[in-house]
Amino acid sequence: MNVTFTLQDRTSRTVEAEPGWKLMEVAVDNAIPGIDGDCGGEAACATCHVYVASEWRDATGERTDLEQAMLASTFGVRENSRLSCQIETSEELDGLSVEVVGS
Amino acid sequence: MTPASVVIVGAGAGGAQAAASLRQGGFEGSISLVHGEPGLPYQRPPLSKAYLLGRLEARKLLLRQEHWYAKQRVDLVLDRAVAIDRAGHQVHLAGGPSLSYDHLILATGSRNRELPVPGAHLDGVIGMRTRADADELAGRIREGVEVVVAGAGFIGLEFAAVAAAHGAAVHVLELADRPMARAVSEPTAQFIRRAHEEWGVRFDFGQALTAIDGEGRVTGVETGDGRRLPADLVVYGIGVVPDTVLAEEAGLAIENGIRVDDRLLTSDPDISAIGDAASFPSAHTGGRVRLESVQNAVDQARHVAARLMGTSIGYDALPWFWSDQGDLKIQIAGLAEVTDSAVEVAVPEPRATCVLRYRGDRLVAVETVNRPGDHVLARRILAGTGGPSPEEASAPSFDLTRWHEAYGLAPTG
Repeated sequence: MNVTFTLQDRTSRTVEAEPGWKLMEVAVDNAIPGIDGDCGGEAACATCHVYVASEWRDATGERTDLEQAMLASTFGVRENSRLSCQIETSEELDGLSVEVVGS
Repeated sequence: MTPASVVIVGAGAGGAQAAASLRQGGFEGSISLVHGEPGLPYQRPPLSKAYLLGRLEARKLLLRQEHWYAKQRVDLVLDRAVAIDRAGHQVHLAGGPSLSYDHLILATGSRNRELPVPGAHLDGVIGMRTRADADELAGRIREGVEVVVAGAGFIGLEFAAVAAAHGAAVHVLELADRPMARAVSEPTAQFIRRAHEEWGVRFDFGQALTAIDGEGRVTGVETGDGRRLPADLVVYGIGVVPDTVLAEEAGLAIENGIRVDDRLLTSDPDISAIGDAASFPSAHTGGRVRLESVQNAVDQARHVAARLMGTSIGYDALPWFWSDQGDLKIQIAGLAEVTDSAVEVAVPEPRATCVLRYRGDRLVAVETVNRPGDHVLARRILAGTGGPSPEEASAPSFDLTRWHEAYGLAPTG
């Protein structure tokens, strides 16, 4: 499957991902700037904040409770904000497009 | 001037982040990352949490997948650094040829403080530091196993929670009068203690482990007040010591770790030190500190990378910490000292707490359990200017979010 990250400088990068990984891990392994994942994917640090493209919001599901609480206080949060450590890659998400917010 | 070659010794969170940040910052020179353990560099925090619970497969423990190193042109050197030749700008390795550097980053981390008691060498006495330690422990935790944990700090309590969840009988010995005494205030410590007791963990505070009994393998421990507790397994987490051997032998200044200035430079301008091993002047306490956390390691790594690329000022990132114990997500923003006062904020959830720490009237840290929103907000407040006064925080209706909405200044970052 492929995922496209729109970076803070407005350029885009499309990378290949195996299903079954956290989107944050895909970003870190592909050196996507602005996604750090300092806590290793425990929704404890909010350093992997992304905006999910509108057409992918249903497929990526709802925020988890923990994620919701973290995002409630995170700077720059929008309706389509997610912590990318709480999105798991799958074939259904092939073509997923997100924007990197940066922390 | 940007160096042409960087050698990083130590491939924990900090070392790996330094390599990543150099490339993200546009560094085009060579990067060698020296990793002295078997296999690819991995994350340590999950070892005492999800990995030990069997909820994290081994490849997901890795800091970066294998393809990352080639794509980012990071030469992963699976070897042990044994000496630094400062005059010749070389790092000597145990096995392979020496590595030349223009700039050297020491990210050597820390080692477990060993148990200074008879019997510490027995089979079944295990510190929690490496993946090998976690693998060994995972194989030994079963229902009914008698476990003695020495030290009620982060690691000891994370392990205690996992062992209790596996049905082991867990007994924690701690010298201080409460758990996590160095890290959190009395109210937070007592909240954590009660949760562990609900999971069946027994505590003995103010109690030293004085000897470990057994022939070949551990059968029990002896306590300072003369009792003998049965034990199939003894796990110790009594603090760490910074790994300064390389730096010390190379003649670098040492002061509770490798001494660095506010730019994280050692006494040699061609050598930086980051993470658990480095003691630095803290912008938040005004004193010299050495912190053992992922946040500290990765933020310092980013700082050094930015400085080498010519785009950085003094290091001043706000420290934060987290620990997962059972269903408790413990998060600490800022840096409190034992003498700082504590104001407990009333929260509606029964399994949550929020404690504000003050030095005089100044908010210096916020401890939360299962209040991740407060934690994120606290990080923003502490990184900015001014927080709620102790009087405001003491009001029965105080709420950090409402306070921030009413009085919080716009965040600077």
